[in-house]
Amino acid sequence: MRAPILAFATLLAATPAMAQQRETLTIGITQYPSTLHPNIENMAAKSYVLGFARRPLTAYAPDWSLVCLQCETLPTIENGLAVRETTPDGRPGLRLTYRLREGLRWGDGTPMTAEDLLFAWQAGRDESTGFGAAEFYRSAYEMRVIDPRTIEMRLDKVTFDFASMGDFQPLPAHLERAVWQADPRNYRTRTLYDTAPTNPGLWSGPYRVSAVQPGSGITLVRNDAWSGQAPAFREIRVRTVENTTALEAQLLSGQLDMIAGELGLPVEQAAALERRARGRFRVEYRPGLIYEHVDTNLDNPILADRRVRQALMYSLDRARIVAQLFDGRQTVANSNVNPLDQMADPAVRQYPYDLARATALLEEAGWRPGPDGIRRNEAGQRLTLDLMTTAGNRSREQVQQVMAAMWRQAGIEARIRNEPPRVFFAETLSRRRHQGLAMYAWISAPESVPRSSLHSDEIPTAARNFSGQNYPGFRNAEMDRLLEQLPITLSPEARRPLWSRLQAIYAEELPSLPLYFRQDAHVWPQWLDGVRPTGHLNPSSLWAEEWRAR
Amino acid sequence: MSIPARLVQILVTLLALSCVFYLLLGLMPGDPIDLALTLDPRLTPADVERLRALHGLDRPLWARYLAWAGAVLRGDFGYSRLFAQPVFALVGPALWSSLQLLGAALGLAVLVGVGLGMLAALRPRLSPLVQGLAAIAQAMPGFWLGILLIILFAVTLGMLPAGGVAEAGEPGWRFLVLPVATLGFGHMAAYARHALSAMRGAMTDPWIRSARARGASEGRIALAHALPNAAVPLITLLGLDAGALVSGAVITETLFARPGMGKLIFDAVMGNDYNLALVALLLVAGVTMLGNLAADLAQRALDPRLA
Repeated sequence: MRAPILAFATLLAATPAMAQQRETLTIGITQYPSTLHPNIENMAAKSYVLGFARRPLTAYAPDWSLVCLQCETLPTIENGLAVRETTPDGRPGLRLTYRLREGLRWGDGTPMTAEDLLFAWQAGRDESTGFGAAEFYRSAYEMRVIDPRTIEMRLDKVTFDFASMGDFQPLPAHLERAVWQADPRNYRTRTLYDTAPTNPGLWSGPYRVSAVQPGSGITLVRNDAWSGQAPAFREIRVRTVENTTALEAQLLSGQLDMIAGELGLPVEQAAALERRARGRFRVEYRPGLIYEHVDTNLDNPILADRRVRQALMYSLDRARIVAQLFDGRQTVANSNVNPLDQMADPAVRQYPYDLARATALLEEAGWRPGPDGIRRNEAGQRLTLDLMTTAGNRSREQVQQVMAAMWRQAGIEARIRNEPPRVFFAETLSRRRHQGLAMYAWISAPESVPRSSLHSDEIPTAARNFSGQNYPGFRNAEMDRLLEQLPITLSPEARRPLWSRLQAIYAEELPSLPLYFRQDAHVWPQWLDGVRPTGHLNPSSLWAEEWRAR
Repeated sequence: MSIPARLVQILVTLLALSCVFYLLLGLMPGDPIDLALTLDPRLTPADVERLRALHGLDRPLWARYLAWAGAVLRGDFGYSRLFAQPVFALVGPALWSSLQLLGAALGLAVLVGVGLGMLAALRPRLSPLVQGLAAIAQAMPGFWLGILLIILFAVTLGMLPAGGVAEAGEPGWRFLVLPVATLGFGHMAAYARHALSAMRGAMTDPWIRSARARGASEGRIALAHALPNAAVPLITLLGLDAGALVSGAVITETLFARPGMGKLIFDAVMGNDYNLALVALLLVAGVTMLGNLAADLAQRALDPRLA
């Protein structure tokens, strides 16, 4: 008799909670946004949270196509909303017209107008505001309000992705303009997005921020002024749990409903959870644009020899690494372009595991086996390379161990030397102090031209304040030409051969050793529908109004 | 040394520490702009120069320290770069959270630890049991114990939350139980051992024999005569732990996703947030020194020979 009574009591206690849960959705992520201002700093956690509460002008959709979110129509040369023209200083430029959708309002009911876009541009163009990368604001040299919903902007260059406005988005001029005008230099710390984030007038998405617990969570409630499809959940709670073991525990204990794939569990942990939880959650793996690779340092005489770099690739069994460490759920990379990208070339050179070929290449390069199995050159120098990555990243450290063991089979000694992310990224990589190999990841947008990581002008040096991300120090005149030509080639058909050539050079020269493209593991409750993972920089939360409880 | 002299000593030490902390943080590899550079491929050399000037990072370290110290004297402790909030708006809630967690854990550790230590001293046959328990508590990593507690009480039994903080309307104590148990269990060992050793010593002192000869009960002897004498080393230990009350417990806070001083300091140092790291570290140093002062005063009150 005792068991049924207990079960009944449990049911009584659980029923209202479950009913409540359908009204709210609690999401776990592993990072907390450093600011809620849409135009200051780039951060995945901020993009995810703000996806619920505001919308950029344009974004890449889950199918990786460019779409309008706040605008009516994407400008194209054909529809006349993009017009080629010459800039005042005689360069080829563009005039773009964007018209805001009808009925857009801020959370306090104030209509969103072209003035809000103009203000965002003015604030970004003022260098003292400190919006970070000023490339867009430098390029967009003029902006005019045509009518309350239409703006016209002039760009000083013509690029194929001109219609994509990236991070540029309207700011509520009726609230923020006064704060900015009072002290542009300190606008970063005075903005209402950080001093009064629950002000409804700051938000224009289906939800608005209703509570902030710095470092631990942000709560959002339905935005009554939202004119689009009504969102299903009354409240969305985004909770930050940095440790993934703790994140999983909170999911299993029912404190979290779901874990966002954009900032959630590593794929191997999600796969283990899926096996253990036996149907309690749905796990969707979405191949994405996070490119795990190993940068070489081409100033190192050993790595300057292309045969050694190719031997490093042939002696790595990446398919086995993916199968054994990641449950087969990563995509082996053949170049820096994701196979899902429309410009990926399937004919690009591949490096299947081939120890014999690796050995032959090393022999040809003058590296002969030494008494301890490690190769030496004629001068007696050992074939030893530093292999660095971010300390504390369990996945990378595991891969690193396996790679070192595989290379040892070919007579290459990898000396593991890891550093905390702060030191690794901000000091070692950015100043090119890695002596051998450095493993980390890039994330990009679809068809993103890798100028900053491959152009010879982008090699970080003291003279250029260590800007640029060509950490290998790769110099190739043909690659430079391609990287300059690609952005200004408007026709996709004309770009395709350029992309193919870029991938061919990359795969042949191997400035970086491609490992794999990561997949995002989205963990949802069985009752949740409508989440569409994207696999790129624009998060699934940008379409949160489509999320429904079954 | 008199109390005013000790207070002056604390102030001078804090001043010196502020200089040392600032220089050490400044000398750590990478600055906020270096970090931004790796995150944003669009930053040009001109952007880097502009942002460094905007953040004052183009000035020498000593000039930045003087500017920071001057602002602090005017009551401006600056903004946190990581959380885009005034420093004290962050330190206040984190401090309160740490005080709750560590205060409760320390209270539990003192009560249970001293109780077990006294029991073992008064009932020697229980001593191996208590010492064994203390050894287990000391040897068991907090991270592992925390995971075990989460699996049992949160995941399997569903009795308590696995971590986080209470939402509006939820009872806050439920979120404290597991982290307090995790932290308190480890701390308990030191108090049990010290209490056992001190009580054993005190129970063999001549005045205890005198008290027994006068017919005092064993309970009265233990609590009224032996414990005050055995308390001196325990108070020293408590004084040292006072600093830990505000420095937080980074592993426990991380495991239970609880915002607190430990996590705040770790994030601030790793994220190059000078203002936040400095204020938090100085707060910890200040409270540790004040805790030691309070412990000294308490010891003098208990044992006038120390005055």
